[in-house]
Amino acid sequence: MSQTMLKQEEKIALALRSLYAKYGYISYKMSKFEEYDLYVENKDFLVGDGVITFNDTNGKLLALKPDVTLSILKNGVDGEGKRKVCYNENVYRISDKTKQFKEIVQVGLECVGDIDEYDVFETVYLAAGSLATVSSAFVLDISHLGIVSAVLNEIGCGELFSREIMRKIAEKNLHETESLCEKYGVSKENTQKLLTIVSAYGAPETALEKLAPVCKDGDAKKAYDSLLALWDLLKATEYADNIRVDFSVVNDMNYYDDIVFKGFVDGIGEGVLSGGRYDKLLAKMGRSSGGIGFAVYLDILESFGAQKRETDVDTLVLYDDSTDKASLIKTVQALVNDGASVSAQKTKNALRYRNIVDLTGGKV
Amino acid sequence: MINIALPKGRLGEKIYLAFEKAGYECPSIKENNRKLIFENAEKGVRYFWVKPSDVSIYVERGVADVGVCGKDILAEYSPDVYELLDLKTGICKMAVAAKKDWYDDGQTTLKVATKFVNCAKAYYASKCRDIDVIKLNGSIEIAPILGLSDVIVDIVETGTTLKENDLEVKETIFPISARLIANKASFKFKTSEIETLEAKVKSLL
Repeated sequence: MSQTMLKQEEKIALALRSLYAKYGYISYKMSKFEEYDLYVENKDFLVGDGVITFNDTNGKLLALKPDVTLSILKNGVDGEGKRKVCYNENVYRISDKTKQFKEIVQVGLECVGDIDEYDVFETVYLAAGSLATVSSAFVLDISHLGIVSAVLNEIGCGELFSREIMRKIAEKNLHETESLCEKYGVSKENTQKLLTIVSAYGAPETALEKLAPVCKDGDAKKAYDSLLALWDLLKATEYADNIRVDFSVVNDMNYYDDIVFKGFVDGIGEGVLSGGRYDKLLAKMGRSSGGIGFAVYLDILESFGAQKRETDVDTLVLYDDSTDKASLIKTVQALVNDGASVSAQKTKNALRYRNIVDLTGGKV
Repeated sequence: MINIALPKGRLGEKIYLAFEKAGYECPSIKENNRKLIFENAEKGVRYFWVKPSDVSIYVERGVADVGVCGKDILAEYSPDVYELLDLKTGICKMAVAAKKDWYDDGQTTLKVATKFVNCAKAYYASKCRDIDVIKLNGSIEIAPILGLSDVIVDIVETGTTLKENDLEVKETIFPISARLIANKASFKFKTSEIETLEAKVKSLL
């Protein structure tokens, strides 16, 4: 099949799968349906609440899968080594924007098992590589939720405050971070720490330098050092200039407590890649493994860089009831054999075409 | 080039004047015509006039890099955008209002008429109060007068409309002012332009 026949997102999917295969990620094909229980138990992990459910022939409640990661993790076993898989799947969720169910095409990868520094690097590196496949003008934002959660634990204002402040961090909302801290009686020193987290973004060196005073000891320092170590590995790669530190990348802290990242491409108004390390999710599933992965949202990339089709076919063969059918078949076959796309029609108005062959009125 | 979505109307005109003062002028915007898009290539700025409740949509979808809209819209629709600055203008509040002699005895489901369904639901959920939300698109004030609802949840600026309809504010939900918002992806690729604009506008507050 010629590459020109492929749609934009199919071309990208092909390139991404070949990239992941080079790094030993094995393609994983999932069933379209999953037992609903899996999603109910891990409801917060899903981007939205909505899941399309239906009854199986034996009465069991099934769902059209709203997420790939959970399905991949469900069947894994703990032990030595790592399981590296990649996928190209459709998931069904309620869109944040339209509040309607939407079919989302995802390509991504997961690395589950005895995760170490190299695996984190490789995943983030491949996330950057995935974005580079789409466009050279991309940005990969990296954050470390361990830093945020360490500061929030130190403040100790409870679940509601944490949830609200995470929203403010995601909005880069300095003024409301300040007013929220005031409302909850957070000390000036800790308010300053949160404000630093909101405003520490940009080139990793600058952002990490700004962040250093917030992460002097304890869990915050541990998380900071791991972010620093990751940047030390990434800065030697060809994607160093595309990587930023930005704490507005937030995921649910019940599942993610480490590196999280989000990718943007110039010209697309929303993130096209999202990922992170989800050891906490695995712990909730009773597993001792670590896990990290990401997904590229191909539906968002559907029209990116795609050329608008000027014609539907190369040649329209116009015929009517008086046209000799043998002559019609011969004409169509000859044109197809010459490499043109052809449509035989009785009216000119059905399609946009480049050339026309008129066989009406008995013309040959 | 920074694309800026401004809310049509008095607030938008006031905001434009502040942006003009900050060095982002676009003289053609002051011409008396029905155009909705104005550009000043020299200053690297393009303005759109859009319906106030649509500003966050233009920004969230990335058609506008930045925009100005009220906190009411942000609270109601929760768009996935950065909220960079409180512009401290267009000040009003989201409030619960009812007839002067009305009080909530808490014994029946509270009927709430509003344009801001999500804000009303969130507010009463935080108080564990059972409500029946009635979505209206305008003239909210007449709902309690005609017995359609017990209370309304709406924006209150001076309170004159309420007063004239024999209503009064019973509770304030949250204060409202205009906010400078930015598209998350645009912010990545136009960081310094957006930061400069933010700093210049902030210096005028």
